[in-house]
Amino acid sequence: MTPAASPIDFTRTHAPSPFHARLLDHTITQNWATWNGYQTPRVADTVASEYFAIRSACSVMDLTPMEKYRITGPDAGDYLNRLVTRDVTKLKPGRVAYAVWCNDMGRVIDDGTIFHLSEGVYRLCAQHHQLDWLLLSSIGFDVTITKETHDVAALAVQGPTSFSVLSAAGIQGLDTLKPFGITSVDVAGIPVTVSRTGFTGDLGYELWMDPEHALDIWDIIFNVKFERGLYDIRVIGLDALEMVRIEAGFIMPGFDFNTADTAVRADFDRSPYELGLGWLVDLKKPHYTGKRALVAEHARPAKSRLIKLILDGNKVPSGSFLFDREGGENVGAVMAQTWSPILKRALALGDITLRKGQVPSELWAEIYYQKELKWKLHWAKGTVTDKPFWSHPRRSATPPHST
Amino acid sequence: MAQPNYDAIIIGAGHNGLTNAAFLAKAGLDVLVLEKNDHIGGATVSRELEPGWFYSNCSYVCSLFRPEIYQALDLGRHGLEIVPLQGSVTFSQNGDYFGSYHQSDIKRREIARHSQRDADAAIRFDADLMKWCRLIRGMLLRTPPDPGSFKARDAFEFAFLLKKFYELSEAQLYEFIRFFTMSIADYLAEYFENDLILAHFSGGSIIGTGLGVYSPGTAYVLLHHAMGDVDGNVGSWGFARGGMGSVAAALASAFQSLGGTLQDSATVAKINVNDGITTGVTLTNGDVIDAKCVVSNLDAKRTFLNLMEEKDLPPKLVERAKTFKIRGSSGKLNIALDGMPEFPALPKGSPLTLGHMHFSDTLERLERAYDDWKDDRWSEDPYVDLLVPSQYDPTVAPPGKHMMSVFVQYCPVEPDGGWTSEKRDAFGKTVIDQIADYSPNFKDLLVHTEVRTPNEIENEVGLTGGNIFQGELTLDQLLFNRPFPGYAQYRGPAQGMYMCGSSNHPGGGVMGAPGANAAREILRDLKKPDVTPQDFGDD
Amino acid sequence: MTKARSAIIIGGGHNGLICAAYLARKGLKVEVLEARNTLGGGLALTSSHMSLHASILKDLKIKLTSQAPVKTIALGPDGEHLCFSGNTVDGPEAARYAAFREEYLAYAKALGPLMLNTPPRLKDFDRADAMTFGKLGWALRFGLGEEAMREFLRVAGMNVYDVLEERFSAPLLKGALAYDAIIGCHVGPRTPNTVLNFLMRLFHDSGQQRVSAAATTSALEEAAGKAGVTMKCGAKVASILVQSDKAVGVTLDTGEALRADIIVSNADAKTTFLDLLGTRHLDALFAHRISKPRTDGDVARLRLSLKARPTVPGLPDSDLSQRLVIAPDMRTVERAFNASKYGEYSKEPVMDMMLDGRTLSINAAYAPLKLKEGWEAGAEGFKAAVLTVLERYAPGLSASVETAELMTPADMAEAFGNAGGHWHHGEMAIDQAFMMRPVHGTAQYETPVAGLYLCGAAAHPGGDITGLPGRNAAKRILRTA
Repeated sequence: MTPAASPIDFTRTHAPSPFHARLLDHTITQNWATWNGYQTPRVADTVASEYFAIRSACSVMDLTPMEKYRITGPDAGDYLNRLVTRDVTKLKPGRVAYAVWCNDMGRVIDDGTIFHLSEGVYRLCAQHHQLDWLLLSSIGFDVTITKETHDVAALAVQGPTSFSVLSAAGIQGLDTLKPFGITSVDVAGIPVTVSRTGFTGDLGYELWMDPEHALDIWDIIFNVKFERGLYDIRVIGLDALEMVRIEAGFIMPGFDFNTADTAVRADFDRSPYELGLGWLVDLKKPHYTGKRALVAEHARPAKSRLIKLILDGNKVPSGSFLFDREGGENVGAVMAQTWSPILKRALALGDITLRKGQVPSELWAEIYYQKELKWKLHWAKGTVTDKPFWSHPRRSATPPHST
Repeated sequence: MAQPNYDAIIIGAGHNGLTNAAFLAKAGLDVLVLEKNDHIGGATVSRELEPGWFYSNCSYVCSLFRPEIYQALDLGRHGLEIVPLQGSVTFSQNGDYFGSYHQSDIKRREIARHSQRDADAAIRFDADLMKWCRLIRGMLLRTPPDPGSFKARDAFEFAFLLKKFYELSEAQLYEFIRFFTMSIADYLAEYFENDLILAHFSGGSIIGTGLGVYSPGTAYVLLHHAMGDVDGNVGSWGFARGGMGSVAAALASAFQSLGGTLQDSATVAKINVNDGITTGVTLTNGDVIDAKCVVSNLDAKRTFLNLMEEKDLPPKLVERAKTFKIRGSSGKLNIALDGMPEFPALPKGSPLTLGHMHFSDTLERLERAYDDWKDDRWSEDPYVDLLVPSQYDPTVAPPGKHMMSVFVQYCPVEPDGGWTSEKRDAFGKTVIDQIADYSPNFKDLLVHTEVRTPNEIENEVGLTGGNIFQGELTLDQLLFNRPFPGYAQYRGPAQGMYMCGSSNHPGGGVMGAPGANAAREILRDLKKPDVTPQDFGDD
Repeated sequence: MTKARSAIIIGGGHNGLICAAYLARKGLKVEVLEARNTLGGGLALTSSHMSLHASILKDLKIKLTSQAPVKTIALGPDGEHLCFSGNTVDGPEAARYAAFREEYLAYAKALGPLMLNTPPRLKDFDRADAMTFGKLGWALRFGLGEEAMREFLRVAGMNVYDVLEERFSAPLLKGALAYDAIIGCHVGPRTPNTVLNFLMRLFHDSGQQRVSAAATTSALEEAAGKAGVTMKCGAKVASILVQSDKAVGVTLDTGEALRADIIVSNADAKTTFLDLLGTRHLDALFAHRISKPRTDGDVARLRLSLKARPTVPGLPDSDLSQRLVIAPDMRTVERAFNASKYGEYSKEPVMDMMLDGRTLSINAAYAPLKLKEGWEAGAEGFKAAVLTVLERYAPGLSASVETAELMTPADMAEAFGNAGGHWHHGEMAIDQAFMMRPVHGTAQYETPVAGLYLCGAAAHPGGDITGLPGRNAAKRILRTA
């Protein structure tokens, strides 16, 4: 038996992130949450200030807890193409693609982004722990899969001024970096990989570096604010992230729907079609896990759908059931919801049962809310939309806007 | 001497007998429980064998006990308190250990310390296990249907089970059958890679069985040790405050508060049957007590071969009782300690001594322990489940002192030439030496040690062969086959004769389910309202 | 006129030939590709005590000249031997044995609907599956009757040790019966499920003809030839060709590509899916599943050339050519098994053997595929262990040995191309049987890849020389393809 690593510190539930020292300074609320074994702020200061940092200035978030896997070897490309539902053979080095992967039954296990870092070298970023599934999927492929979550520090810099902030911090060449592009830069002698990726529906970048240099890069960015006073930059927490990701129409596996590897009850998991991610499913590419099930499913009327819902009024439908009319038949439930400050609307993602493959013609949310601790009931009519609730032209403009 | 006439007599004040009695009393029946020992509880007992120390000297932890029964009999008000116990650890021979910490983030980090892959595979494993758990748990408080019957009730019950079963997807159906029939070693190999983790998770699958980690059918036994819960925390175990005797005491208190009569030191010699109708019992002192029905909490072998006369039984049943598999395979050490033993492999302050401790770090060692048992020897290198409940429970040892419970797998029903006190002590020494290998100051702390082999368990508690489950939990003795085909609905061969022990579905462990299920059948026959609880369900 | 559909059968083992003959008789253009230079596959290794299911002989109009039935003689350590023949056995337990055989033959017969059909799916089943369920239910409930059905449901999952302990007292009798329940598999008498092994053996054994392996092979070859099957030896398939998620042909190790509408693999499941097809055509969990079945062989074959016919005290020379079993009691068998769990060969092996002239062919258990010390180092030791046991029963035999040729599971895997060298292409246990053989998702002879089928012992109902996997597969293909 090979001796294992040295004992863990059983007095702590979390491992410190490489940015932990700075997060401590910025999270003045000390309102923490757990994310994949790391401590991450739920709210650093106030949700409103963090939300508007993302929407109108520049926000910073520690992305290190996101699960990261390095995939290399002669079969790396084929392996990934057998893993995910979309065709990634055309993903060129220096490009990123969003993808989902399914189990044999065509049910979604997780989503994430595939970074083609250099010829034949990939990084897969995932929402949840995927090493078991990735290794299990590697039978018969000549690939090496290494978990590098702890070995790569990641920082999201997102918002309208993110380009300006990073440029001011000395990062060159972002003016030509297109959405879903990757570039390697040198920041004060520190090698950093920058991708134009994000979760806000707006301009934004993600920076990838050796954990050893994490605090240096953090300081270089924040010096743009603190030393030079050029732009406002703020640390954001999960609550603000939740608002903008709903606005931008991103789904969260494990929150908006049950992931296939954790689902216990039959039919409590979801297929890409049911999540509105049919556009990610390629039924023509060579075989991949779940393809046969998805081909069969595609030929049948869909059973359920995760829909985007805009509600009348100003009540947020937290945990609401959805009905086909006011007081009518229950057709589903709200899985995620937010008040959108920028749209001045209540937004929701709802999981609903379809009728003969169709969304019911009307949808109503039964909303319970409190005023001074007194519970009240409100019925709000919802409108289904296929597009993200919010998307800004800044998101894709190249060269990016400076504000 | 004339005795009053009872509606029901329960033979044996084990936890199932008391559960059964309490529900019958709750339904308004006049109930008498007869116990041969001067204390109640059967194998659910706390005994002060060294002044100041209370041993749960048979069953020692509690999680399978049905919360439905707890609630229906108001056991909290009758003094029962189950405190969740925390975590478990397997020490390895190279000085390392695997700690299954009770805090989930820490546990995950610890698994990852041994294998990053296994930390992630644990997610798939837990979800799959939960699927099988849900299915089996739903069957615990139900009477198994009879496959030989054409009665509407059996057909309905089969349909119910089929419906439950069909909630699984097709692939899950096959996986469930595989889980039910695979060995724990093969089953775990579909998830984990690390030897220490495989050994750690396998242990629960052999406890109490006459099987090894490579024997098909052991994966399912894992469930018997994983499907229990304490307040909804599935898979966690608890201590009954004051020891397992508190479970029996609370049940007895509930029973008596419902008007029942409990008589100890009363040994039943015979169940009286007249013309196929049960009339009551005769005690060894010659007393005859009449009752409309008699319920045996004894194991099936003892019930039919010792308490009943062959003339009152169908020949097939006698044959079945004779071949009923009830080989004991476990021993137990109960130890009074002068202080808390040290386990130097663990860092200072480690919470891992609070949970189950094991010293079998490979599947091979576990299986070799089984090979010894097959040859009628106690394991030279046994699998132990060691606990020190006095770390939580202030009532079981004097302040500053500790009580240790060591469950030992495997120990034969009878070694070659039979048990002697020398052999019993030699068995005990094997276990103590194994513990001392990991705890250098352990031997210096020993104040008193009680060593129990299947022989002691049989003689004191009355479990045939010292089998802790009142009959082995193998496919041929489960569900509608438990204890025998055709007798799995708690009814004996004579009218008014019933069985309520763990020999019956759903089997062993301090669950109370056989007792409650038998009560439901009895009340049904007597056309009384059903006061037994329904399963809480899982949705 | 429509062109006849074509089929390629990978592997000319007995199941491959049978499947080919069935398909060709229905008008398919069938080609069998066999890697070795002879047909028949592992048949060459079997002693003659199993034979093809009667329906196959009838359907394919195969006439086999049966020899005198072979008896099984369990050698007793004290020179008191037990002779089994049909429902009879010597000695005081003859009546009990006859009753036991009769009872267990009835259970075996009740399995008939399952053995002779495609294993029914448990969900989404078609009409044929429903028929199978119906027939099985009927066979159990009414074929056996209430009492026997209850007993069947009790014993089906049991180990053979406990069942035999319930019924018999003579150690030699129990040892020999237990041996038949374990041989070929990685199980001991106390392993749960072994009764099922025993029942499946009984099913195959129920009143069938007994013929030599060579005669069976040539009869099958002839039947296939008559049906119009082309058989090519020395044609080693390197891979299965897939286009648009459908199997369309094979490539040979020479690089030659052959195309057909239907591809049927007589190879074991791991070889078929992991080597010939490749996991990129499979879903991940399926690939995981197919890599897991227990397929490690645990029996070696030892062929001894002797200077003279051996003498076994207490056994007349005329009985030497019967099937001889050395399994003196169940504990000895179980102890022999213990060693193999830890990658060691049995120090005191159990075995069965047939003498042909001066050649003694022995199946010796247990000899695990993955011997800890490696077979190169361990072969001599195992041979010596077998000879030491034999010497006890046939004094002087060791000195009479001219050559001793050992074929370990690893050698069998090498020679016949079946992963693990398992007799049955995989353990016969409930979790790998019926609708879970070789794994669920490909248990109905179809594979996840359209146009690709299984027809070997890896498929239901599994190993031994029954021909049923080949027959059932052909019927399934003809019905659904």
